[in-house]
Amino acid sequence: MEGSLLEPTLYTVKGIAILDNDGNRILAKYYDKNVFPTAKEQRTFEKNLFNKTHRANAEIIMLDGLTCVYRSNVDLFFYVMGSSHENELILVSVLNCLYDSVSQILRKNVEKRAVLESLDIVMLAMDEICDGGIIIDADSSSVVSRVALRNDDIPIGEQTVAQVFQSAKEQLKWSLLK
Amino acid sequence: MSSFKRDKKEEEDGGGNPFQNIERTTVLQEARIFNETSVNPRKCTPVLTKLLYLLNQGETLSVKEATDVFFAMTKLFQSRDVILRRMVYLGIKELSAIADDVIIVTSSLTKDMTGKEDMYRAAAIRALCSITDATMLQAIERYMKQAIVDRNPAVSSAALVSSLHMTKFAPDVVKRWVNEAQEAVNSDNIMVQYHALGLLYHIRKSDRLAVTKLVAKLTRMSLKSPYAVCMLIRITAKLLEEDDATNDSPYFEFIESCLRHKSEMVMYEAAHAIVNLKRTTNRELIPAISILQLMCGSSKPTLRFAAVRTFNQVAISHPAAVASCNLDLENLITDSNRSIATLAITTLLKTGAESSVDRLMKQIATFVSEISDEFKVVVVQAIRALALKFPRKHGVLMNFLSAMLRDEGGLEYKASIADTIITIIEDNPETKEIGLAHLCEFIEDCEHISLAVRILHLLGKEGPKTKQPSRYIRFVYNRVILECPSIRAAAVSAMAQFGASCPDLLENIQVLLARCQMDSDDEVRDRATYYSSILGTLDKSLYNSYILDPPQVSVTSLERLLKEYSHADTREPFDIKSVPLAAIPSPDEHEVKQKSEGMLVSQGPAKPAPVSREENYAEKLSAIPGIQTLGPLFRTSDVVELTESETEYFVRCIKHCYSNHVVLQFDCLNTLSDQLLENVRVQLEPSEGYEILDEIPCPKLPYNETGTTYVILKFPENDLPNSIGTFGAVLKFIVKDCDPTTGLPDTDEGYEDEYMLEDLEITLGDQIQKINKVNWAAAWEEAASFIEMEDTYSLSSMNSLDEAVKNIIQFLGLQPAERTDKVPEGKNIHTLLLAGQFRGGIDILVRAKLALSDGVTMQLTVRSPDDNVAELITSAVG
Repeated sequence: MEGSLLEPTLYTVKGIAILDNDGNRILAKYYDKNVFPTAKEQRTFEKNLFNKTHRANAEIIMLDGLTCVYRSNVDLFFYVMGSSHENELILVSVLNCLYDSVSQILRKNVEKRAVLESLDIVMLAMDEICDGGIIIDADSSSVVSRVALRNDDIPIGEQTVAQVFQSAKEQLKWSLLK
Repeated sequence: MSSFKRDKKEEEDGGGNPFQNIERTTVLQEARIFNETSVNPRKCTPVLTKLLYLLNQGETLSVKEATDVFFAMTKLFQSRDVILRRMVYLGIKELSAIADDVIIVTSSLTKDMTGKEDMYRAAAIRALCSITDATMLQAIERYMKQAIVDRNPAVSSAALVSSLHMTKFAPDVVKRWVNEAQEAVNSDNIMVQYHALGLLYHIRKSDRLAVTKLVAKLTRMSLKSPYAVCMLIRITAKLLEEDDATNDSPYFEFIESCLRHKSEMVMYEAAHAIVNLKRTTNRELIPAISILQLMCGSSKPTLRFAAVRTFNQVAISHPAAVASCNLDLENLITDSNRSIATLAITTLLKTGAESSVDRLMKQIATFVSEISDEFKVVVVQAIRALALKFPRKHGVLMNFLSAMLRDEGGLEYKASIADTIITIIEDNPETKEIGLAHLCEFIEDCEHISLAVRILHLLGKEGPKTKQPSRYIRFVYNRVILECPSIRAAAVSAMAQFGASCPDLLENIQVLLARCQMDSDDEVRDRATYYSSILGTLDKSLYNSYILDPPQVSVTSLERLLKEYSHADTREPFDIKSVPLAAIPSPDEHEVKQKSEGMLVSQGPAKPAPVSREENYAEKLSAIPGIQTLGPLFRTSDVVELTESETEYFVRCIKHCYSNHVVLQFDCLNTLSDQLLENVRVQLEPSEGYEILDEIPCPKLPYNETGTTYVILKFPENDLPNSIGTFGAVLKFIVKDCDPTTGLPDTDEGYEDEYMLEDLEITLGDQIQKINKVNWAAAWEEAASFIEMEDTYSLSSMNSLDEAVKNIIQFLGLQPAERTDKVPEGKNIHTLLLAGQFRGGIDILVRAKLALSDGVTMQLTVRSPDDNVAELITSAVG
């Protein structure tokens, strides 16, 4: 049974991907140079992964020697990949953090169009969750607090009076300039 | 307000994906806006986002493009917009690998990292470390140390993680930060604790004592972070595995206590570690198994998956423990997640008893049509293992497999079923007729060409040996009528096999072959004509050498040699004898294959077919002067170690055998960091009759590098018995002391030194290439005209037939034929059939009749065209 004990390392995540409902990549990152080094291999893997997962909502699958955990909502699929020996529960915690962060960023409006509109923030969130395969943070609220939401992205009710005032002024200025 | 804005934006974009039609050139064009004097974040952020999106989609930039856009991006540091700045960091990280001169932003990033704005600091550290190299690191070392112990957890984590990344290129610098990391382990923040532990362990992992101390301290301290605890469990388990300490040690207690941790993640990690530890006793397993059992009943698929995967892994090492959970596993067979169901099934099949096979197969049948091909393959492999384990159950299993064959499925799936049926047939002669019948039925309606060809080949080999060969001919000939050219060609070859082995069918076969000669395809016509004319001669020996047992040459070598031949300007006919024979895969390779079976890991893309060892070395050797003249390489033996593996110089020898010469290849490794070796060679004291023709020394052998030196010897002429010999060997070289760090020698003058090596043997096996005779009996008959020698031996040291068979095969270096290497259980007599080729292309056939009484008695019959070779073999055994 040699080799089944896990090597103590922080490099846990092999890849993170967000795909749309046609299996096309919205964002994807692979952290291990030995796992799908070229863009072409990554595409093939993503297509394959999507085909295997978009119908069955089963949360976890083994594919090409990787354990992939996934979640979907409307027209988005979130995936986190780790080695086939990795503790699945750690991978799921990363997946949940990714999903919840995106959900908070988009104010529960988790769909493709919203993600594309706030793509910059989603990119920052992904960067805050995982760096080079190491989990940086798995707590969504702390991730969201770190990605510097735009002022006008916070719901009105949660803004301070000064902030509302500021953004109102800016809006006015912009409409005048047009 | 903001929704109004969004509507407007949508109108502009036409409501679609704003990133849909962007192009690299346009975006690079747009990136010029970065260079404007006053930076407008509202305009620049979307452009930068587009750029990063493109890179993420797999678009590549040239070095110049990347460098240009990188420099433009540095202008954006003027803006104080938080999001823009953060996107710039992302951009720096993405482009740092492609662009030149990325260190230009070091000062800006250092400013951000030490500045007041917390939003910048953590991300700036990570960006900075991605552009830093070993020399630059010295400059920012002070800041990094401060950052590791910073009060802000994000900053501290970023510094720790980046440090870990940087150990790849600057391990020595990062090692100096061990005190700061130590302090960070005590942090209140869970992630900082985790990262600090990871870094600490990485720095200290080669120092066992330090790791022990670390573990001892941390196991007492009760870490807050579940991630850190998981990490600690892994470290502890590793220590336990390397250690000889008993399970009463505090380490094991710690892991066991983690079973009661409040986080599921940690509970599972601990259970997984306990189950996988080699030393765990059955009693200690119980708590871990019960945790996994609980997880099997969880509502979360991931928990169930994790539990059943762990069971699957340890089903072999702890069958009893896993068997106690059979009930839970059986519930999982109907799980909605097919990965879980499949893992459950295969685990059950691994641990199952003979009595439960029927029930299990019924259960599998209910869901097998629903799962993906990939998992079907896993199920098929489990069935194969089961069939080998319980040969009596072949009836149920065969029926099941044939039903699966009839279902829809891809090539890989069908091939694995066919493989399994073939394995069962080979292993259990009783099943042969049933299995062949199933396969015949399958090729009637098979859409996979390669598979049909394989099965036809098998029918040709096995069909004639059954009681009623004629019934298979209909199936084979049907293929000729209905299929595509490559299958027709295979069918023609299969028919010829029947014709050659069954004289009473010959006439009919000739009629069929005559029809095939009208075929529209060249290959089919050629084969039909070829076989028809050979069968027309009624010459048994021609049958043997051209139909039943054609020469098996290595295809890669054949290709290479034919290419050379077609380029060369020669009138001589091509000599097929010059092509090395196909090497038979060693048992190790088979075992590796077996091991990976049953694991639920779909292999990635298939690896290219391995080139034979001979082929590999042939190219290397032919580059050496003096070796081309020796003729084609006949055989390469396995590696022999001439030193212990941990000595000053590590020497291994590989023997390359040619028809009249042997080339000894010595791979030497210098493990002394303060020595440079020059003119390294091996001095041999050859046994009688051998003649050293040439030595090729290795001019230079620096520390930790492998160099190769060769010795070319000539076999004793006309004196075969002396070709088996033992050589004394001494490694000779000139030593130059050198500086361990630079590897440059201190002086120009060295001194001679030598190092004794173990004796080297040239055995009989080194001079014989294994040949797989498919039809050994036919070859034996044909060899009746050869020299035959016979002798009887008593092998008193052997206690069982199995042992004797293994030893004989290894000693003679011949290939066992017709599966006679497996001794049926409970028998006292056995006949071992062997075949091979002596260097120079001399065939050897050996029949060894073994009888077990006190010790083993062996009657050895050797047939070979050369009497010296035959004598050598009979005399070598004694």
